[in-house]
Amino acid sequence: MITCRHLIKIYKTGEADLKVLKDVSFSLGRGEFVAIMGPSGSGKSTLMHILGALDRPTEGQYEFNGQDMFKLSDNQLAEIRSQKIGFVFQSFNLLSRTSVLRNVMLPLIYNPLVPKAERQLKAQAALTAAGLSADRWQHLSNQLSGGQMQRVAIARALVNSPDLILADEPTGNLDSQTGEIVLNTFQRLNRRQGHTIVLITHERYVAEHADRIIKIQDGQIISDEKNFNRRIV
Amino acid sequence: MLFTDLLKETVASLTANKVRSSLTILGIVIGIGSVIGMISVGRGAQQDIESNFQALGSNLLMVMPGAQRAVGTQVRSGFGSASTLVLADAEAIAGAVPNIKNVAPDVSTRKQVTVKGNNTNTSIYGVGPEYQAVQSLALTEGSFISSQQVKSRSKVAILGPETKTTLFPELPAAVGQKVRIDKIEFTVIGVTVAKGGSGFGSSDDLIYVPLSTAQQYLTGSDAVSTINVEVQSAELMSMVQQQINDLLMVRHNIKDVSAVDFTILNQADILSAVSSAAGIFTLLLGAIAGISLLVGGIGIMNMMLTTVTERTREIGLRKSLGAKNKDISRQFLTEAVMLTFLGGLFGLLLGWLIASLINKFGGMTTAVTLSSVVLAFGVSGAIGIIFGYYPAQRAARLNPIEALRYE
Ligand SMILES: Nc1ncnc2c1ncn2[C@@H]1O[C@H](COP(=O)(O)OP(=O)(O)O)[C@@H](O)[C@H]1O
Ligand SMILES: [Mg+2]
Repeated sequence: MITCRHLIKIYKTGEADLKVLKDVSFSLGRGEFVAIMGPSGSGKSTLMHILGALDRPTEGQYEFNGQDMFKLSDNQLAEIRSQKIGFVFQSFNLLSRTSVLRNVMLPLIYNPLVPKAERQLKAQAALTAAGLSADRWQHLSNQLSGGQMQRVAIARALVNSPDLILADEPTGNLDSQTGEIVLNTFQRLNRRQGHTIVLITHERYVAEHADRIIKIQDGQIISDEKNFNRRIV
Repeated sequence: MLFTDLLKETVASLTANKVRSSLTILGIVIGIGSVIGMISVGRGAQQDIESNFQALGSNLLMVMPGAQRAVGTQVRSGFGSASTLVLADAEAIAGAVPNIKNVAPDVSTRKQVTVKGNNTNTSIYGVGPEYQAVQSLALTEGSFISSQQVKSRSKVAILGPETKTTLFPELPAAVGQKVRIDKIEFTVIGVTVAKGGSGFGSSDDLIYVPLSTAQQYLTGSDAVSTINVEVQSAELMSMVQQQINDLLMVRHNIKDVSAVDFTILNQADILSAVSSAAGIFTLLLGAIAGISLLVGGIGIMNMMLTTVTERTREIGLRKSLGAKNKDISRQFLTEAVMLTFLGGLFGLLLGWLIASLINKFGGMTTAVTLSSVVLAFGVSGAIGIIFGYYPAQRAARLNPIEALRYE
């Protein structure tokens, strides 16, 4: 589903250019659950932004569903994000003072393919899949615990039935117990519903919940292995 | 993005910060309110002037002695000083120029007027019977000067309502009373209806006497001050004006246009000159008030820029969820327009309130016209777009990654 060839990303800073990604190549099939693991500053988020069509590489090739992403306009990239990709962030990024349901429905207003009448049902289905109990759906987002907020964010990422879910340090702001619940949610979405998931983390322990671990350091892939003894929650 | 979604998002973000939104709206309310209020004063003045002129009678040309001057520069001074027009000119106009309804010459002067116990100094107009129709004069009592009275140089007088009050404050009616004008005794035969205003010769403080009487006893010459010509229709005005001009040039033996010794004033010209002056006055008032509107607009821009900065992360999030640049710019532009539109609505109410207060306590005519209502909404909408555009563009151009990183 995803093929990256020789991705290079250079940030132009004041004095010297900063080469954040140096020749990154890998591919990813439908239904995979991959962890991208590396120390802080190694370029993980930069890579995720490119995979998620939020940014373009300086050089290299990125194919998504056989489509060369380099050739697409900003608006076409926005459409891909809307219809094919779901993001989960470390800091949840929910709209505060806004109900859970409205937060989950937010991506749908930018997706003309989903009729208005279906929005509510889709949001409820996504919340159920993300494992948030129905008695919380009318709550305001800022009235929830961290684990609940992240499940709302996961539901929001799921609501457009995306081909790819990208999660950047989704457990970074959670204690280990709620982190486990969130990781379990991803495993369930992958195993039971066949979602393709890229999990970004700097923690070996978190990465070991995935089926495949890509290690990255200084903008380069240093290993790419199947994880046979996957942690089960 | 559907329009209903856009509205919902807008309402949600504006109500998220009610105090700030209200204060920003208040700036526009004050701006629009003062513009509407000020323009209503100007428009009121304009309507006053126009209705005064209407009361003077329609389709009127005034031929006056003295050199030609541009209409509107010096309407009064300079006239009447020369005495180049005579009664025979008026008769010639009536006889020779077609499409004329009435020719009413008058001679005016100022004299001391006395009755037992009261006296006043006022304008005396020597007029004929046609004058009543030409100036649309109505009487509260008595009847107007007749041609018989002109022919026989009767010493009779018609009083303006103010003059009547000055001279006979106690009496309910003045007909039959005697007044002395320049020590000559006249009998009052009528009182005119108040016209109000202070336009051309429409003052209520004056006395009409027969033209011949005035010429013989008061001015002592054959000259007339004005020849009022009522034309049959408005379209014929300029043609008749030209014909009178040609006729008088021949009669006065003048070859050179620059040497004419009379002036023909067209009522429509005077009206348009005066009301365009009032229009400028309106514009000026509106412009002064517009400054506060500008300040309100800057307030909108300030708030929108603050909002964009505060909501940088939200903008990044929306973009990551698939919002296009135009979705983002539309959202912020709609917020700005919604703010100014609400401001316009309440500003209209405030302006209307100001106008009625000025009318009630300031004693000035005010008029909130449909055009000011349209202006209020048009201008406030435009302010929203103009001052919201830049912040909206800034929001739309934010790099989603930097926006997501923003703390
Ligand atoms: N917009 C940017 N401009 C300049 N440097 C950047 C920018 N974004 C990230 N970087 C730098 O790129 C490097 C990699 O960042 P990032 O991809 O966020 O790493 P990670 O997510 O692995 O911690 C860091 O050194 C960071 O400072
Ligand atoms: Mg990172």
